[in-house]
Amino acid sequence: MSLWEYANPVKFLSFSGKIVPWFAASAAFFIAVGLYWGYFLTPDDYKQGSTVKIIYLHVPAALIAINAWFMMLVASLIWLIRRHHVSALAAKAAAPIGIVMTLITLITGALWGQPMWGTWWAWDPRLTSFLILFLFYLGYVGLWAAIDNPDTAADLTSVLCMVGSVFAVMSRYAVLFWNQGLHQGASLSLDKEKNVADVFYQPLLMSITGFVLLFVALVLIGTRTEIRIRRASALLARERG
Amino acid sequence: MPDLGKYAFAVLGSYAAGLALLAILVVWMVLRNTAARKRLEQIEGARDGQN
Repeated sequence: MSLWEYANPVKFLSFSGKIVPWFAASAAFFIAVGLYWGYFLTPDDYKQGSTVKIIYLHVPAALIAINAWFMMLVASLIWLIRRHHVSALAAKAAAPIGIVMTLITLITGALWGQPMWGTWWAWDPRLTSFLILFLFYLGYVGLWAAIDNPDTAADLTSVLCMVGSVFAVMSRYAVLFWNQGLHQGASLSLDKEKNVADVFYQPLLMSITGFVLLFVALVLIGTRTEIRIRRASALLARERG
Repeated sequence: MPDLGKYAFAVLGSYAAGLALLAILVVWMVLRNTAARKRLEQIEGARDGQN
């Protein structure tokens, strides 16, 4: 059995229909526990006070916002190389999720930044690259909507996805590329000295796990939707033809 | 309830905005999927009726 078997829309619909409820239920559990634990059961930070509680939404959303684009890049490359429609539709399905995650990151970041930095927004390398990533997401969705032929749309959005990957990388590593700006380094690190304290780390890990599971569940649901819409359009076109 | 002090607006605003956006995303994706499934069933049903 090969992974490529799931490039068959019928097999994909059958398989994904079975696993979506498990991913959705696990996501709800991990997000609920992570946010409850983080909001109610963790102490204030000695520097940030109670604003540290924003980390449980901001960091998981940012992580998904960046990695959703990389998932779209991989799916787009598979489309360009192997021409599997399910792959192109999975990339399309991930884009709205990326938009919402980027928006959550920008809003929670602004709400945190106002009391901590004294400003809602700064043209800091990481913030700016994140804003550009958000605009790329909007452009990606707009390009899909603007082109009638689905194969042409998949081709062009795949190219856009490759170009946008530069900004997804910059969003992740801007703090390292330019050692300036307001945004601090990554909250999570394998280096225990740089990683957030355990009391914040454990609920954060729960919340991140929940967001990852939610992303998988929503991409599966979105891909199922796109497959059905495509199939319906094909049937209608055949009837008209 | 934790005492959020002077940062209550920032923390509560973040949770309200974040959770509201997540809820809208989930509901929108589920409703869209349901509508697509029904529409496809309708088209396939009409097609089977013709054959």
